[in-house]
Amino acid sequence: MVLDPIAGIGRSTLALLSGIGRVGLFFLATLAAALRPPFYFREFGHALMTIGYNSLPVVGLTALFTGAALALQIYAGGSRFNAEEVVPSIVAIGMARELGPVLGGLMVAARVASSIAAEIGTMKVTEQIDALVTLSTDPMRYLTVPRVLAATISVPILVAVGDSIGIFGGYLVGTGRLGFNPAAYLKNTADFLEVWDVTSGLIKGAVFGFLVALVGCYFGMNSGRGAQGVGRATKSAVVSASVLILAANYLLTELFFTG
Amino acid sequence: MIDLRDVHKAFGANRVLRGVNLTVPKGESMVIIGGSGTGKSVLLKCVLGLVRPDRGNILIEGQDAARAEREAFLARFGMLFQGAALFDSLSVWQNVAFRLLRGHKKRPRPEAREIAIEKLRRVGLKPEVADLFPAELSGGMQKRVGLARAIAADPEIIFFDEPTTGLDPIMAGVINELIREIVVEMGATAMTITHDMTSVRAIADDVAMLHDGVIKWAGPVAEMDDSGDPYLDQFIHGRAEGPIEAVR
Repeated sequence: MVLDPIAGIGRSTLALLSGIGRVGLFFLATLAAALRPPFYFREFGHALMTIGYNSLPVVGLTALFTGAALALQIYAGGSRFNAEEVVPSIVAIGMARELGPVLGGLMVAARVASSIAAEIGTMKVTEQIDALVTLSTDPMRYLTVPRVLAATISVPILVAVGDSIGIFGGYLVGTGRLGFNPAAYLKNTADFLEVWDVTSGLIKGAVFGFLVALVGCYFGMNSGRGAQGVGRATKSAVVSASVLILAANYLLTELFFTG
Repeated sequence: MIDLRDVHKAFGANRVLRGVNLTVPKGESMVIIGGSGTGKSVLLKCVLGLVRPDRGNILIEGQDAARAEREAFLARFGMLFQGAALFDSLSVWQNVAFRLLRGHKKRPRPEAREIAIEKLRRVGLKPEVADLFPAELSGGMQKRVGLARAIAADPEIIFFDEPTTGLDPIMAGVINELIREIVVEMGATAMTITHDMTSVRAIADDVAMLHDGVIKWAGPVAEMDDSGDPYLDQFIHGRAEGPIEAVR
């Protein structure tokens, strides 16, 4: 009885580690499938559209409001020590390095990881995955590889667009509400933003995109039976992708900006 | 010829197949019957390699299924799934021509579409159906499309998993007739699993009864009614009393 909580922690730890191991094996299987033909270009193109292009509105809107709110916050904080002029540069750096990739990644996780897990999970429970195999088609190559590649390529592009829109959101608030001169705002943004600020965010975007699609495919392929199984797979995919994005963001920030 | 030798499969403590021995002669239509949950689908999936047997051998024309090159091996099969298992994101003709649009049997798109429409016509569907999506079809039409997909690449062996489940008796009869006609016409070896006795009599050359993980009886369909086997007898007459335990 006394040991129950400890046993619970042990079981959770074992479950976590075996889960990481299974996702690791799934990643290796995806990699192996990606390196060998056949390549399904049509499915890749379709995945680019659904993951990348169709996520533009939600990522754009998120970035716009985040950039606008960020400008207000930095202005309010900066005014405490007469540093209101830092608004353009901090908005730009904050969006490019951190908020663009992280919020973009989280929005894609909510939208894409769920839809991938639900779609593949439904395919599994309705025997469509088995049907693929009987039609001499490897589900890893046909379903997983195109989605993972498409997300890895398209999320950095989404991040770049989100960065621009977020900075524009800050510009709108800065010039419309906070009294900044438009030309000075733009000059400040351009002067302080470095190439690495943007590049590091794009690299983060690629990693987040990869994680979102990999986790979505993993939970879809391992979905339980029936509506409940697919529902659980979908929920697990979104939660895991979100947590992985935040954890990966910390590790990448450590790697890129410290030491 | 499909030859199953001492095939075992367990899922955890649940021993589904406990030494199945069965031979399906080339060009014959074998129907495997048995109650729900007796492992009929598992047996079919073992032959296809979708489920790996724990023990035993499965030989297709003398070749060990476990050691065969996967794509070439699977190219010999066609399968109609219980729920048709059509791909929702593809149109009907793309479903039917799936194998013809990719892999070793790849054909130019217009040719693949022509073949798909021809196969649709063979299962009684009009060309107008070709551009619809599976969600726009009735259950019976989905089964027909599934059947068209199963025969699209002219396979040597066709599997039918509960082909009439969920269909009204008339549509079930139509599907049974289609299956029989197509199997005879193509000269294919067919393996069907069902618990629908009307299907059995319409489709089968031979019948095998799976119970408790083993084949309890196997023989020509004509001898089924006079087999003297108490398990088969109880099953085909749908009696609650007998050696097969009926859960009430």
